[in-house]
Formats: sequence, C-alpha cells, structure tokens
Amino acid sequence: MSDSGPQIPGIFSGLWATARRDLLLAWKRPGDVLNPLFFFAMVCTLFPLAIGPSPEQLEFIGPGVLWVAALLSTLLSLNSLFLGDFEDGSLDQLLVSPQPLPVLALGKTLAHWLTSGLPLVLVSPILAVTYRMPASVVPVMMLTLLLGTISLSLLGSIGAALTVGLHRGTALLSLLILPLAMPVLLLGANTVSLAAGNDIYTTGVWALGAYAIASLSLAPYATAAALRISNE
Amino acid sequence: MTAKLSADDLTLIRGERCLFEGLGFALNSGELLLLEGRNGCGKTSLMRAIAGMLSLETGQVLWNDVPVLKQRQTFHGELVWLAHRTGLKGDLNMVENLHFEESLRPQSGRDREAVYARLGIERLKRLPLRSLSAGQQRRVALARMLLADVPLWLLDEPFTNLDREGRKLVMELAEEHLAAGGLCVMAAHQDVDINGPVTKIQMQ
Repeated sequence: MSDSGPQIPGIFSGLWATARRDLLLAWKRPGDVLNPLFFFAMVCTLFPLAIGPSPEQLEFIGPGVLWVAALLSTLLSLNSLFLGDFEDGSLDQLLVSPQPLPVLALGKTLAHWLTSGLPLVLVSPILAVTYRMPASVVPVMMLTLLLGTISLSLLGSIGAALTVGLHRGTALLSLLILPLAMPVLLLGANTVSLAAGNDIYTTGVWALGAYAIASLSLAPYATAAALRISNE
Repeated sequence: MTAKLSADDLTLIRGERCLFEGLGFALNSGELLLLEGRNGCGKTSLMRAIAGMLSLETGQVLWNDVPVLKQRQTFHGELVWLAHRTGLKGDLNMVENLHFEESLRPQSGRDREAVYARLGIERLKRLPLRSLSAGQQRRVALARMLLADVPLWLLDEPFTNLDREGRKLVMELAEEHLAAGGLCVMAAHQDVDINGPVTKIQMQ
C-alpha cells in the first residue's frame, strides 16, 4: 500500500547521517572531545609521579593504570551522549524518525567511539612509554583498548539512554555500567599484563573481540528500548 | 492518496493525575484537529501519544485503521512533528541541520530555495542556528516540516515565538496543506483562524 510512495533511505544512510552529524558537532566543539582525552592523559601521567620512578613497579602497574584510566575517561564522556539531543529536542525528533531507532542509536554510538575511544587508543602508546612498556607489548595494548573501548561505548550507550532524563545521572550511569564493563577491564588489563610477561595472551584478545561483537549486536536494541522508556 | 488518523477511548494517567479519559477522534484527509485548553492540560501529552511515544492506559491510535505501534516506522515516515523544542542543533547552520533531517527521509522533491524564500530564511543559510532569533529558529523548523512533504502534521504550539506575519504564514501553510489532502493536528491556546473542516477537542 505504501509502496507507491518514495522509499525511505536505507539503514546505512540513517546510520551514516547520525554519525556524520555528531562528528560535525564534535568538530565544532572540540572541547567536548578533548576533555576525556585530557583526563586519560592526566591520570596516566600522574601515577608515575606519585608512585615514584622505580621501573619494576611502573612496569607492573602500567597495564592496570592505563586500562582503569581508559574506563573512567569513557564513563566520563558517556554522560553527554544523548544529553545534548535530549535538551534541544532532537532526541524527540529521532524517536519519531522513519529510520529504525537502534540504527540511529548505533550511529550516535559510532560517533561517540570515533571521538572518545579511538583518540584514546591512538595516544596510548605515548603514555605506555611512561610505564616502560616493551615495544612488543604496545600493539597488544592498543588492540585490547580498541576492542575494549568499542564494548564500553556500546554498553555505555544503554546506561546513557536510561539516565538521559535524569538530572545529574552521571553517578547512576557509572553504577549501571560498571557490572557490564568489569569483564572488559579485567580482560583488557590482564591480557596486557600477560603479554608483558611473555605469556600466551591471545585468548584474552579473542574474548575481548567476542565481547565487542556481542555488545555490537545487542546494545543498539537495548539502547533504543531505553530511549523510548526514558522519553515517555 | 487519502489517509485517516483515528483514536478511540484514549486514557492517560500521569502520576496521580488523569490527563484525559475516553478520548476519541477521527480525522480524514483535509481535516484539522484542534486541541484547545489551558497550559498543562495535556495537549502535548496527547500529541506525544498520537506520535506513539507514550504508552496509554487504554485505547490506541490508528493510522489508516492500523494501530500506530504496529507500524511505527511506516507511520513515522508519514508524519512530521513540530514540537515545542525545535530539535535543531545550535552549533550547526541551517543547511547542515536540514540536510541531516532530509537524509533520514525519502527525497521529497520539494524545491528547497522556494521553501526558504517562502519562510523568509534564505539569507540565514550559513549562520549557526545559535545566532538566530527564536522566531527565525522556528522558521527553520517549519522549513524542515515543509521539506519532509508528508501527509500528517503534528503542530505543538506552532505560533510560539513567531511574529504576526509568521503566524499568518503558518495558518496559510496549514490551509494549503489541508487543501492538498493533508492532515493536521494542532495544539494552540491562541485563536486559530483556518479555513477548512476543523474538529475541536477542548481539553480539561
């Protein structure tokens, strides 16, 4: 019946349009992108200063500190994922858009990862040097961070969607997300530690990859449902 | 193409308050539904319910005799909602904002420049929306509505922030939309002077 009318653009154009708009917004307000990155860099550089320059100690805590800092900086940036859209009413417009909501939510999450997760992965080698991380371990760390931040952005989008209507929902968001984010942190930090100790680490990488794929396939639907609930 | 928006026995309870109960209407192509009532009486809630964004206690909204919740995407493809908050990004300019909205919908084939000129916003293309006045931003939201070129308009207080000419323009646009076989649901607390078949719902 409705086939007579022009077809709605495919889901990839919806995904791309949302991601593009958010990237454009991030480009116009670079502060929002740089804040979490700055936080990540700051935490990572302050630890060696506070703990002291003992190489063994730094080598030992390095993976853990980098990973905790990455997790916290992602949590910090998640709060704003839907907040701007909620405040100016564009979230309502997304809810009545002819495009499927999970796709639009995924587009927003993709933009979030590109502006928060990916920069973090890219600067991590510089920070790893502070912890005397061997050059052979750095690619492993980057790979785990890459897969881990994808999971964190996706899982975090569920929490961000649930808390978008609440004022000052940051603490609640962190509480909601932490149980889901814990496996990512444990797998990530331990995999890097294993690689640094010349142990077999590939299992951890596969597990992180599996976690990222599971998040990718489930989180957009949960986020869409959460957005509908919190906007009733 | 004719379309039909109807609702039957809608009840919405918010907290302790019953906003409306047993509310029903039927709207055909070319008809206007006018929601009247004082502030806070549930006009916006009813509009959100029509758009399928609220879960109702009882009743359902039907689009072409099919419940909207069963065909959310089709229905959303045929409506445009001019809400109280414009839903436009202050950091982006008009063209960027409208381009985003257009890329989510089918190509309407409307002449953009003509729409801009009609709304008097053709000179504002490259300015970030933040720097425009509230009335100008509302005109951009009207441009989005016109460019979508869909049968059902949901207009929530469309006259807010508009000057006298702007209000007249909105009424003209609504009249043209109705004449072309469109449907329009409008919530307003001002006098609305629109030629055409009007159904009024006075909300308590």
